[in-house]
Amino acid sequence: MRPILMKGHERPLTYLKYNKDGDLLFSCAKDKNPTVWFSDNGERLGTYNGHNGAVWCCDVCRDSSLLITSSADWSAKLWSVQTGVPVFTFNFDSPARSVDFSTGDKLALITTDPFFRLPSAIHVKRIAQDPSDQTGESVIILDGRHQGRINRAVWGPLNRTIISAGEDCVVRVWDTETGQLIRESDPETGHKDKITSLEKAIDGGSNFITGSVDKSAKLWDIRTLELLKTYRTEQPLNAATMSPLLDHVVLGGGQEVTRVTNTDHRAGKFEAKFYDKILEEEIGGVKGHFGPINALAFNPDGRSFASGGEDGYARLHHMDQDYFNSRNRL
Amino acid sequence: MGAEGMSMDDIRASGERLGINFSEVDLDAIRLPPGEDFGIISDDEDLRNEEEMEFEAGFGNIIVVDNLPVVPKDKFEKLVGVIRKIYSQIGVIKEDGLWMPVDPETEKTLGYCFIEYNTPQEAELAKEKTNGYKLDRSHIFAVNLFDDIEKFMKVPDEWAPPEIKPYTPGENLQHWLTDEKARDQFVIRASSETEVLWNDARHAKPDPVYKRSFWTESFVQWSPLGTYLATLHRQGAAVWGGASAFNRLMRYAHPQVQLIDFSPGERFLVTFSRQASTNPRDTDRVVLNIFDVRTGKLMRDFKGSADEFGGVGGATGVPWPVFRWSGDKEDKYFARLGKNVISVYETETFTLIDKKSIKVENVMDFSWSPTEPKIALFVPELGGGNQPAKVSLVEIPSKEEKRQKNLFSVSDCQMYWQSNGDYLAVKVDRYTKTKKSTYTGFELFRIQERDIPIEVLELENKNDKIIAFAWEPKGHRFAVIHGDNPRPDVSFYSMKTAQNTGRVSKLTTIKSRQANSLYWSPTGRFIVLAGLRGMNGQLEFYNVDELETMATTEHFMATDIEWDPTGRYVATSSTSVHHEMENGFNIWSFNGKLLYRVLKDHFLQFSWRPRPPSLLSAEKEEEILKNLKKYSKKYEIEDIEVTNTLSEQEKERRKILKEEWDRWVNEWKRIQEEEKLERQNLRDGEASDEEVEYEAKEVEVEEVVEIKEEVILFD
Repeated sequence: MRPILMKGHERPLTYLKYNKDGDLLFSCAKDKNPTVWFSDNGERLGTYNGHNGAVWCCDVCRDSSLLITSSADWSAKLWSVQTGVPVFTFNFDSPARSVDFSTGDKLALITTDPFFRLPSAIHVKRIAQDPSDQTGESVIILDGRHQGRINRAVWGPLNRTIISAGEDCVVRVWDTETGQLIRESDPETGHKDKITSLEKAIDGGSNFITGSVDKSAKLWDIRTLELLKTYRTEQPLNAATMSPLLDHVVLGGGQEVTRVTNTDHRAGKFEAKFYDKILEEEIGGVKGHFGPINALAFNPDGRSFASGGEDGYARLHHMDQDYFNSRNRL
Repeated sequence: MGAEGMSMDDIRASGERLGINFSEVDLDAIRLPPGEDFGIISDDEDLRNEEEMEFEAGFGNIIVVDNLPVVPKDKFEKLVGVIRKIYSQIGVIKEDGLWMPVDPETEKTLGYCFIEYNTPQEAELAKEKTNGYKLDRSHIFAVNLFDDIEKFMKVPDEWAPPEIKPYTPGENLQHWLTDEKARDQFVIRASSETEVLWNDARHAKPDPVYKRSFWTESFVQWSPLGTYLATLHRQGAAVWGGASAFNRLMRYAHPQVQLIDFSPGERFLVTFSRQASTNPRDTDRVVLNIFDVRTGKLMRDFKGSADEFGGVGGATGVPWPVFRWSGDKEDKYFARLGKNVISVYETETFTLIDKKSIKVENVMDFSWSPTEPKIALFVPELGGGNQPAKVSLVEIPSKEEKRQKNLFSVSDCQMYWQSNGDYLAVKVDRYTKTKKSTYTGFELFRIQERDIPIEVLELENKNDKIIAFAWEPKGHRFAVIHGDNPRPDVSFYSMKTAQNTGRVSKLTTIKSRQANSLYWSPTGRFIVLAGLRGMNGQLEFYNVDELETMATTEHFMATDIEWDPTGRYVATSSTSVHHEMENGFNIWSFNGKLLYRVLKDHFLQFSWRPRPPSLLSAEKEEEILKNLKKYSKKYEIEDIEVTNTLSEQEKERRKILKEEWDRWVNEWKRIQEEEKLERQNLRDGEASDEEVEYEAKEVEVEEVVEIKEEVILFD
């Protein structure tokens, strides 16, 4: 497996997202310009210019026509994927951290960071069929429960719930209609440190995985918030994702950036680690980055995945045939 | 709140009875009538008691000086002046801290006074220094701590025979040696947790024995034969052991104890503390206590300044251990290096042998033979080379010099005893003729042979730096890491080979190794060549009998290595003492196979529990070795059984996990199916959740970007 090195960002990568067809890969970085690549050969198609700060997260709608991005410039933007033209800008009073399109793409949620006395919040926006009808009004705003930042929020099944997680180590499930908090993860079994990532299973979201600085990733039932699995690693995690094809999870992270010194790359553990989803056992690793891994994404076809690092590179890995053959089952 | 207090449930119950909703009650707003506690004892009460207790014991900084002259009123001031002068030299006397009572009738002093210092340490020191001080012939001071007076008053005038307590048999302290599976134990510390575990290599994981938080305030230490585990606390040291759990067996009071050391036969425990003096002019105070391990009785204490106990260097400023024990298992002697002397004490009376130390001008270092009461000592060159340096062997208690060797142009010397005391290697660093650099050679003493012959060994390349040296335990071979390269060479020598019984001969040199330390198996034959710290934890497992490498591997960032006492396993650990990364430990087989790996944040310590020496005679051991096949059969069968059940269990576990997962997935699929229609509606009727069946068509699109006509001129 020879990775394709995609050098297009000048600053650390923050997020990676495949479109539904799996032919396009969107990357976000701290350098203001989200970029789109051909996911097959790593060729750069173009960038989306307009943000004036680090871009933290993005999502692309089902038919790949619209891209939404959230940025530290206190805004989230809608883009035309094809032309790269910004369609609409949602403005906030603090940095926008994460974004997610709902099932059906008629709604989008945008989370904002706490700022002075302003708490972190989840804003739900209606996405208009016709971009010219788009308004910045929120359908509902959920706030006040999370201590510190919400690092990621996603839609639950049938858009009835929203699942959020962040710096206060707790995973929360909200009712989208009423804005009520329905469930919270148990602090006993839950994460012990900041949750850095949250990713839904590609199968429509039967479960989701969270990665945390406490050196573990956890798999949760999206409906009951039942803790299904825990994957223990040796490094603080920044990213976690699941293979759509096999029962594998991929975890990435590494020693905190501020603590990385002149040490050997092995000491930092900048490896993407593969775990058996069911047995919770480590099965392999993919080396390459020379800084912590900040983002991971699996191609919806399950045959390739991308990783983005603090080192400013995105790496595209096409799986060897061996990977699919060597299924270490019973 | 104690057991007498009300539980929260009781309160809720009585609240319900009275019709009070507690969620509406502001507890802080309730005020009790003064003096009323409703039978609930406040937590503050304990605090108050504690304070009082402290107050009671707070006279530690007062001393009573007795046997003073009895003087009339006119000489009172003068006497006070003299006393003040004497005692303010030792420490700071508190304001109004000197009180000399006067008889109201005769107006004469009563012959004693009280002095209050700022600290108990000063009072202690004053007592020590001036008790027995001769003011004049008839006035010899008797100084006591005020706190002790009461104790002395309580001594009954008539002697009563001590009560004889009935004998209660103790626990079997060697119980761990009777483990069915012949496993070994080890202790680990990580963060505030201390844990004793079995090394269960067959199951490839540790098996817990005992675990405790805040068991010790600094570190833990096994006794040399493994009987006890010692812990350190603010008040002193304690030892733990027993058959089932780790019970506290004895405590040894020594406030602020920092270091401990057992005698090799476990009879005695030496504790050490060093305290900064309140007076910056004085050096730190050092206290050493020697306890009998079993009875807990203080056998002898040594107090003095840090200078007396070996000056500066090391974390505690004292080379440790201060007292070095002779190697015999009876713990007969211990010795200490002083200025121009070696003080050897015997444990019968805890006094110096022949009441005096051995005088050796300028002695730098000494070391006991590990098995016999013999001392090897080193004296450096004196008088600018007029008097040569020497290494000599002295027998105790006769203090007879058995052998000595003069050495010239010596810069430094290091002594290495072989574990049976059969050989002594002295590593000698000598100046070259120009005195600009040094080179190293070895002087090898054959202790057990007649007249103790000495041999000189120089490396083939004389200028090689010696990085490490180690004798094979119980053997006749030694290993040396030498060279100036980042990748040095490792050489093995033998004191007797088949062809050459009386001379040292080289076995082999293996070139350019990533190693900076040597770890022989306790049974000899195998050695781990390790590149720790700077070399990132490179490990080479080497068989010295066959002169071949068994495995080369690494434990990335390893800082410490320790063989288990049987020589079957090696533990490598990475402790947060050096860095916070990769903290934890690995267990390897003797031939370098990784058995298991445990990661723990803030990993601090790994120590195998030592075993006492085997009780089998040499003949018996040989017999076992001969019939090894017979014995090993039993264990091999067990091993296979364990492996089989393990893989069975593992299969079973995997099967269960898989089934559980499948059940979960099926349940989800059922709900997913139910919700299918709703999802379709959300997507405006777009049918499938799955990837829509689609055809890939190649479409060629031509776009005309721009057409431009230009006229290009020819010259």
